[in-house]
Amino acid sequence: MTILDKFKALQGAYETVQSAGHDPFTVCFDEVLSPSEAVLKGKRVILLGTNNYLGLTFDSSCVDKAVEALMQAGTGTTGSRIANGTYGNHAELERRLAAFYGTRAAMVFSTGYQANLGILSTIAGRGDHILIDADSHASIYDGCRLGHAEVIRFRHNDPDDLARRLSRLKDAPGNRLIVVEGIYSMLGDTAPLKEIAAVKREWNAHLLVDEAHSLGVLGSNGRGLVEQAGVEADVDFIVGTFSKSLGAVGGFCVSNLPDFDVLRIACRPYMFTASLPPSVIASVTQALARVQEDPGLRARLNINAQRLYHGLEAEGFILGPQVSPIVSIRMPSTEVAIAFWNALLGAGIYLNLALPPATPDNAPLLRSSVSAAHSGTQIDTVIATITAIGSELGVIAPRSHRPDMTEERQGDLLGEVLWQPGQGQRHNHAPVTGNPL
Amino acid sequence: MTQNSDIVDVIIGMIGTLPQVTEVATPDTNIARDLGLDSLAVMNFVMQLEDRFDVSIPMDRLAGIQTINDLAAAVADLKGRSPE
Ligand SMILES: Cc1ncc(COP(=O)(O)O)c(C=O)c1O
Repeated sequence: MTILDKFKALQGAYETVQSAGHDPFTVCFDEVLSPSEAVLKGKRVILLGTNNYLGLTFDSSCVDKAVEALMQAGTGTTGSRIANGTYGNHAELERRLAAFYGTRAAMVFSTGYQANLGILSTIAGRGDHILIDADSHASIYDGCRLGHAEVIRFRHNDPDDLARRLSRLKDAPGNRLIVVEGIYSMLGDTAPLKEIAAVKREWNAHLLVDEAHSLGVLGSNGRGLVEQAGVEADVDFIVGTFSKSLGAVGGFCVSNLPDFDVLRIACRPYMFTASLPPSVIASVTQALARVQEDPGLRARLNINAQRLYHGLEAEGFILGPQVSPIVSIRMPSTEVAIAFWNALLGAGIYLNLALPPATPDNAPLLRSSVSAAHSGTQIDTVIATITAIGSELGVIAPRSHRPDMTEERQGDLLGEVLWQPGQGQRHNHAPVTGNPL
Repeated sequence: MTQNSDIVDVIIGMIGTLPQVTEVATPDTNIARDLGLDSLAVMNFVMQLEDRFDVSIPMDRLAGIQTINDLAAAVADLKGRSPE
């Protein structure tokens, strides 16, 4: 008997995955060459699962700014801002974020995970209610667990279900906080934000939107789904990360609420952890400027997303319900998903293997994330390779045996018609502890 | 106010319709351990139950629920809070 015995079942499941070939949780690249390519065991692979949406990790202006800050301010802050003080460039990035979103205040955290942990656990207190989408990211679930509010899940992307749950609270005292994401990380679907904002107004709740996957990706100025849906006036808090489109690490929250800054002395995941190194702050500040100056980045990302989504759709794969930089392919079983993922890595393509229960509807997924840095040729290589392996493994019919599927497949999308192998029935499974990506 | 035993009967009936469940549940059945449901299936069953009784069971309360009796008591308590 040891204290780790409780993980026996998990260990067993992990060993099954490992025994099929590469270990998906410990892929170790010899070298990362660019936002879209790495070397693995001496072989070039296309990176198609790294959330590097705008391809800014190697942007020369971002790298230059980081180097400059590194030379000037050193390697780290060696502590939190309340203990070791705020460096000038932390405050400058917060001003830039607030200006970008047009909000009164912005607060930078050391990761996006910590931003959710900090904001959710602090702004909703005992006697308040948090209403979260059932498919929320793990950091949202964990932020709820860290605080003292009552937490209620509503059905994924279902404003009517949200309204029903708000109405059940009747006149219970306390504030209500609704939490949704801009783009959901597993299937790439967006929240119906206009409708959710209407529910928020009707019930006089607060609304928080996590734009982790949509900052710099959606909206004509890159301000995410909140901008695209035209609901900026209804959103009280936007949380985001620097670890995806901005190519570094870190998280933030912006808000228009007066007194937001009091959170700096109330929010424990902000107060009791070291602040980001100045070099990271510098590259993020520059990446944010790139988002604002160069709408071409978003345009290229969108072209690549369309190309991959429509290319795979035409081959008969079952994908998420809408085109987005996250393109997820439904797998008929966990065994096929693992085999497919290994075959792709062998053929020079790295993407994410997502297994239940971390996926919606209990469906194993191959999840890819497109980058503005992918070339059209890379996307075409990806489509051809996925199609060849998909035919071989029986995930799609071989081309010669395929009926014209454009009519038939209407509605046959992940998150709409939710088949299970051999059952054809509708399931509404959703993760309990949140999505990992 | 609904009686606890009525709620237990409804819950057992609803569990009987779940495709994954083969055994007949009793009031002392441990929901997570005895029914072969994964945590996901449990959460989704709870959502159905919430709709059936028109209550929301906060997630921290769920953590303390083990048996069908516990679940029924939580539902009864939540219903009892709101006079109908
Ligand atoms: C929706 C969502 N929120 C928060 C995070 C956490 O971001 P970070 O990687 O900065 O901790 C992620 C991604 O990991 C995410 O997908």
